[in-house]
Amino acid sequence: MSDLTKLTIAEAREGLKKKEFSSVELTKAYIEKMEANRKLNAFVLETPEIALAQAKISDEKYAKGTNGILEGIPLGIKDLFCTKGIRTTACSHILDGFEPQYESTVTGKLLEAGASILGKLNLDEFAMGGSNETSYYGPVINPHKAKDSDADLVAGGSSGGSAAAVAADMCAGATGTDTGGSIRQPAAFCGVTGIKPTYGRCSRYGIIAFASSLDQAGPIAKDVRDCAIMLNAMAGYDPKDSTSAKIAVPDFESFLGQNIKGLKVGIPAEYRPDGLNAEISKLWDDGIAKLKEQGAEIVDISLPHTKYALAAYYIIAPAEASSNLARYDGLRYGLRVPGEHLDNMYINSRTEGFGKEVKRRIMIGTYVLSAGYYDAYYLKAQKVRRLIREDFIKAFEKCDVILTPTAPVAAFPIGDKSMQENPINMWLNDVFTVSVNLAGLPGMSLPFGVNAQGLPLGLQLIGKAFDEGTIFKTASALMTEKK
Amino acid sequence: MAIDNETVKRVAFLSRLKIEDDKLEETKEEFNKILNWVEQLNEVNTDGVEPLISVNDSNLLLRHDEVTEGNQADAVLKNAPQAQYGYFTVPKVVE
Amino acid sequence: MTGMIIETEKGKWEIICGLEIHCQIISNSKIFSGASTHYGSDANENVAFIDAGMPGMLPSLNERCVYQAVKTGLGLNAQINKYSEFSRKNYFYADLPQGYQITQFRYPIVGEGKVTVDLSDGTAKEIGIERMHIEQDAGKSIHDMAPDKSFIDLNRAGVGLMEIVTKPDFRAPEEAGAFLRKLRSILRYLGTCDGNMDEGSMRCDVNVSVRPLGSNEFRTRCEMKNVNSVKFVMTAIENEARRHIEVYENGGEIAQETRQFDPSTGKTKAMRKKEFAHDYRYFPEPDLLPLVLDDDYIARIKADMPELPDAKKSRFVNELGLTAYDAEVICENKETADFFEKAAKGHDAKKVANWLMGDFFGMLNEKKVELKDSPVSAENLGKLVELVTSNVINGKTAKDVFAIMADTGADPEKIVEEKGLKQVTDTGAIEAIVDEVIASSPDNVAAYKGGKTNLIGWFVGQVMKKSQGKANPGVVNNLLKQKLG
Repeated sequence: MSDLTKLTIAEAREGLKKKEFSSVELTKAYIEKMEANRKLNAFVLETPEIALAQAKISDEKYAKGTNGILEGIPLGIKDLFCTKGIRTTACSHILDGFEPQYESTVTGKLLEAGASILGKLNLDEFAMGGSNETSYYGPVINPHKAKDSDADLVAGGSSGGSAAAVAADMCAGATGTDTGGSIRQPAAFCGVTGIKPTYGRCSRYGIIAFASSLDQAGPIAKDVRDCAIMLNAMAGYDPKDSTSAKIAVPDFESFLGQNIKGLKVGIPAEYRPDGLNAEISKLWDDGIAKLKEQGAEIVDISLPHTKYALAAYYIIAPAEASSNLARYDGLRYGLRVPGEHLDNMYINSRTEGFGKEVKRRIMIGTYVLSAGYYDAYYLKAQKVRRLIREDFIKAFEKCDVILTPTAPVAAFPIGDKSMQENPINMWLNDVFTVSVNLAGLPGMSLPFGVNAQGLPLGLQLIGKAFDEGTIFKTASALMTEKK
Repeated sequence: MAIDNETVKRVAFLSRLKIEDDKLEETKEEFNKILNWVEQLNEVNTDGVEPLISVNDSNLLLRHDEVTEGNQADAVLKNAPQAQYGYFTVPKVVE
Repeated sequence: MTGMIIETEKGKWEIICGLEIHCQIISNSKIFSGASTHYGSDANENVAFIDAGMPGMLPSLNERCVYQAVKTGLGLNAQINKYSEFSRKNYFYADLPQGYQITQFRYPIVGEGKVTVDLSDGTAKEIGIERMHIEQDAGKSIHDMAPDKSFIDLNRAGVGLMEIVTKPDFRAPEEAGAFLRKLRSILRYLGTCDGNMDEGSMRCDVNVSVRPLGSNEFRTRCEMKNVNSVKFVMTAIENEARRHIEVYENGGEIAQETRQFDPSTGKTKAMRKKEFAHDYRYFPEPDLLPLVLDDDYIARIKADMPELPDAKKSRFVNELGLTAYDAEVICENKETADFFEKAAKGHDAKKVANWLMGDFFGMLNEKKVELKDSPVSAENLGKLVELVTSNVINGKTAKDVFAIMADTGADPEKIVEEKGLKQVTDTGAIEAIVDEVIASSPDNVAAYKGGKTNLIGWFVGQVMKKSQGKANPGVVNNLLKQKLG
């Protein structure tokens, strides 16, 4: 039997339906891959017995014909999704040994659709980071290496484990979350496909919060179709999440292969600043050319406040995070470091339990919300956020979808000095992705090419709110013949 | 707005984090660097702009007043570092 | 005006006081979770995962709590804000699992309103409501179960609260007391809060400052949290005001601080000094969208509003002829008012009120039973009053009948019938007794005629005695006066 882990979800599903192989066989193949690639540090918890038990049930369902849309498909779950009875840590020391007694809505829907859980995937601690290096469990290693170097490269972040695991065929697909680029950027670094849907498309219930007004779950998978299949299962209104949208979810798969003749694709001038990496600039041009070939109309647009998005993001996200992470106090779950008085217990537990980047953001967030600074920082950032959103609304009067690069760089070596020394340098990697979160829009990263070093580069498609369909349509056009 | 060591200490306490004295200076400098950087927002004219608090345009939907959860003290206490008689316990709180 | 002026050797001072009252909302489930609000369950049994601040858990707003808040706002004659927002108030505490309280800050659901209170001197005063918002309650820390530990119960965490903030309109402890009683009465009429201060379902924070009489300044105020009875609130205001005055008169300054009221001494003391002052870092709650109400919704609640104590009271005064005082007492409690109305239906309302507030309440007190368990029903009380007003029995007999009713719960008409207690109004029969009494007491007759007219009472008593109390006292009186000249 050929390597089952090379199959896309769509292909594997066909094989399972035709009984070419069983879900148990498929799952075993992935378990082998997962174990063989432990050096990548993509999984922080492996749950092979759970996956196999679920696979057995799936095989029975296929036999009875009661299979769900992801029946028997082994997935990896970012360790930010609470999974009932399965340790969930957000890759933070402070959640040591935490076993949620509840299931996140998204993982619940995936399980309902028949998927099985191979294990929990590594991420930047509390999803705060752009290289997966802030994880308490250590960095994820990108399966790709540069041609002329043996150096281990970052997988991107925060969903580094998800992107690497998919890229190395350690799971058929993975869940990710994206607050400022955390699905799209690692997908680009690892050469896989990932979509952050519109804010409100997927329920946040049971996903450990980083920045509530920006966090959104989405899939990372081997191709566009697999993303559509997974998102079909993940999306939908959830009364348990007041910010989830009561809007019908279309069949995303149905958009694939649709004609893009006459589709207006916006190209924002601000995404091509002076000094943009030439290879990335070229990749973008290639993407533009490819869409043009297929009849799309290219439209120049302007998103004038783009340059302020990162600064606004690094006020809003830490502010929300400082509050969201207040619950980790050593009292009800996770790590407790004793202290004489309650406050000492809080301080000791939090000081030991949180890593450097998380502490940095908690403190920034606390400061920008504190008395006397709220207006100057937080309120100002929210006003700029509105301007950024309005930029997109205006731009979408002229176009149907926007094409940009996903990240300004390719994967860089683990421990990169400039990033370690100055956190802002790391943050700048999100320059093309954060605006999308601030505006609440859907965005997808596609592995459109490689650089001279053979490292994957991604292009990003940005859609109107709740118009992931157009993204899928455009993405499938962009990726035709590529595969 | 450059901040001083006292502010760093105050913010750390509000965050219930400890910064060792020998890290104070370094933390302050990094803090100021970040604040300087985000202050580029001051270039943006936001006169008359309403702050955006939610990208979701719809209104809040409400839940029916029904008891749907409870009688699960074991599950609630399952992960507690310390619990006794069905309560979470902590070092004595001095009011 | 009833303002309390505190006079010292050095000058006259005026009290400025405002209240913040936390009222637990009556609802089945908590404001943001599906856990029960039931009071008195085993520890941590009424806890949803979000109430314990579990990772990834999200709030969803209970429609009943919104309904109750709007209803309360209407009851406070207040502006209902069709747009309101939730915010997070951030602070660390053992019984605050999320590390923040979800509350409303910039845009509360209820705006300015007013409540009229009646004061002992017969005047009324209007107290301004600044705002009212809804928020979640905290859990409970129990400090006395072990020497070295505190115990945390989250059953209360997440129960809906309405926080009512008054304007600094109180000028005397009495005004604050009257307001709290009035507020409690309104909340109970509305069914939005049970108003039990001793169970903590209504909790009061008191803000006090003083100023020299005649000045318009506002000086530094101190806040006393969780003062848990009307009486304590009044004591706290007066004692805190006196403390301020003493400090000022000794050349000192008052520091803005939160103080603790000690019910055993009636004094307030400063809470343990915090290393850094609180900084709550309010910001809009990103897990909840703004709450938007429409006119229809508010109109529907308006249509559901019961008659409130003020309206009821003025109806009782204007239509039923009650005195303002009686009406006030009867209307403070909705059950009492309902009982009264039922009893007074078709009868002399004023007399029913007298009976209710006199013998009836006395009986309840003596038997230690609540109104709802009263052996004397409203209908029977009404019938009893009717028997008196229609001269079937006299007042004295009525008291005896009432005592039987209180013991047996029987219908007064039947008691009167069975025991043959109908009063004698037949002038002929009474005249015979009157003649008999006059004939048998020549000395007193002489004395009466000699000017000792107050002997009339003695004669009446004799006649009543001989009639076994059944003679109509009015008739007896008239006949005696006639015959004694």
